[in-house]
Amino acid sequence: MSTSFQPDERGFYGPYGGAYIPEMLIPNIENLKENYLRIMNSESFRKDFKTLLEDYAGRPSPLYHADRLSDHYGCNIWLKREDLNHTGSHKVNNTIGQILLANEMGKKRIIAETGAGQHGVATATVCALMGLECVVYMGETDIERQAPNVARMKMLGADVRPAMSGSRTLKDATNEALRDWIANPLDTFYLIGSVVGPHPYPDMVARLQSVISGEIQWQMRNKTGNSNPDYVVACVGGGSNAAGSFYHFLDEPEVQLIGAEAAGEGLTSGKTAASIAMGETGVIHGSMTNLMQTDDGQITEPYSISAGLDYPGIGPLHAWLAKSGRAKYLSVTDQEALDAALQLTQKEGIIPALESAHALAALNQLDLKSGENVVVTISGRGDKDMKTYMERLKLT
Amino acid sequence: MEKLKSLLQRKKDLLSVYFTAGFPHIDSTVKVLKSLEKAGVDFVEIGMPYSDPLADGPVIQNSSTIALQNGMTLKKLFEQLSEIKGEVSIPIILMGYLNPVLKFGPEKFVEECKKNNVSGLILPDLPYETYVEEFQELFTSHGLSNIFLITPQTPEERIKKLDSASTSFIYMVSSAAVTGARDGLSAQQIEYFERVNTLQLSSPRMVGFGISNHDTYKNVCQYAHGAIVGSAFIKHLEQAGDDEEGIISFIKKMKTGKNAE
Repeated sequence: MSTSFQPDERGFYGPYGGAYIPEMLIPNIENLKENYLRIMNSESFRKDFKTLLEDYAGRPSPLYHADRLSDHYGCNIWLKREDLNHTGSHKVNNTIGQILLANEMGKKRIIAETGAGQHGVATATVCALMGLECVVYMGETDIERQAPNVARMKMLGADVRPAMSGSRTLKDATNEALRDWIANPLDTFYLIGSVVGPHPYPDMVARLQSVISGEIQWQMRNKTGNSNPDYVVACVGGGSNAAGSFYHFLDEPEVQLIGAEAAGEGLTSGKTAASIAMGETGVIHGSMTNLMQTDDGQITEPYSISAGLDYPGIGPLHAWLAKSGRAKYLSVTDQEALDAALQLTQKEGIIPALESAHALAALNQLDLKSGENVVVTISGRGDKDMKTYMERLKLT
Repeated sequence: MEKLKSLLQRKKDLLSVYFTAGFPHIDSTVKVLKSLEKAGVDFVEIGMPYSDPLADGPVIQNSSTIALQNGMTLKKLFEQLSEIKGEVSIPIILMGYLNPVLKFGPEKFVEECKKNNVSGLILPDLPYETYVEEFQELFTSHGLSNIFLITPQTPEERIKKLDSASTSFIYMVSSAAVTGARDGLSAQQIEYFERVNTLQLSSPRMVGFGISNHDTYKNVCQYAHGAIVGSAFIKHLEQAGDDEEGIISFIKKMKTGKNAE
């Protein structure tokens, strides 16, 4: 298990993290901070979490040796199939965990933010499962461009509320969710979808998503005799699937950890979401981390073809892994991601989410050698992105 | 800081007003500030506009967005304040979020505050613990009072801790909510004000969030040193602009409940 990349008591990973929140949120955050580890380590939580992951979400997700992709790259490419989970992405690992926590803490009302709608759907799903009230904040712009996921959330009984401020995307939806929590401090649980936000969220979400790397370890051992691959590659927006994919390997230095950030139309195009490459230290949504901002300290609007990577900040764990050199973050453009998605689809018969396509595209930037084992996390499936694929790959 | 402290010691029923710098126009900051002083406001909070003001309701959010569109920056704000140095004598507090301050450079920021007679700072996303460790010395050495917020959910022990670190007043958030004007006081709010009063804090309290008219102002003054009006004033600026007479009559009505002649 990892130790040196754990946050300190106040939630700092090196200089990043912490809880930069208004006094109004302090009692809720303190309450969560005092209880999350106790609850997550309890036998009943572990049992319920395991049962729901297996019987409801369909875990363990397969680790699949992609033969034709391996031939192409001249090494062993293993795909960690989070796209096969219930609701279609890794997001459900986290929402199952947090809904159990919310139940244990006696909270009756769940709020969440969502960008592409994957986390919103995963939250609405577990709220339906538990019979809890669910409010999902979603930027007005995202509501328009992600209609199928909005419909899914509504069918699941969630109240989808448009965030009307700023660019009306994920960042603004997160602000609205935080405002809701300020106004409803007693009965409400804020179910954050990534390894972002004030401590203890980054640590809590990383722990819940670490089921991914835990499985990769034993699956690699069963298939190759060695639990450590040479590389683990995952896409990074806020960074929850990457945090979950890296977690058990953080203290295994022979495993190279690679995050793929969205470069959008190019790092210097002004239309990018690469917060490690282009960001600077600052505070966003309660956390000190790398973020894209103006010379005046205003947070800038990110851009990526993939709504799930379209976030101006990054989880503080990743900011620290990048600074300390433990993980390497590569930038992938929209076009490179589209090409990689088509390649996977036609070589392996798997249509990945646009987010996951960024991780696949990063393979082209690695110096892969024969015999090496490379795990790529396919964080989600591509159904939600079919409209973009049809348009951009000229499939119509 | 001293100016603000002595004001709080000698006067009751204080009225303080929040407005966003650079709203409704980039050059409104000075005009609004001077009008408020003329109108008899006791002190002001000038909002430093931010792209992601997560403790603010729609009215102040919107004013921040417009101010940023107008080209408002911290640098510009300090230029505006230095223009009127010596012309305005009521205490000035700056209110805003941490990130622009970090980007500006905290040392440079407090230097500019000191140069421009700023008495205090309200940075809602700078929590007490981080303040004590990283900013307290810097702020106090530049004569800046850091103003802490408390809410109905703040535990008694924490209120006492904030009270002892406070050097001017405690900002009592009137209810669990983001900023925004509301009508009347609930029994729960009164219970909260009374409960805080029984703690016998050494710092005076100003009540803010939801102070919308003369009645709410007068009501909270029974339980605290005074009140802070924000969104209701921003709404006035939105509708009536930064005209001096309009501002004077808004304040008169807030203080007396009566319209100006």
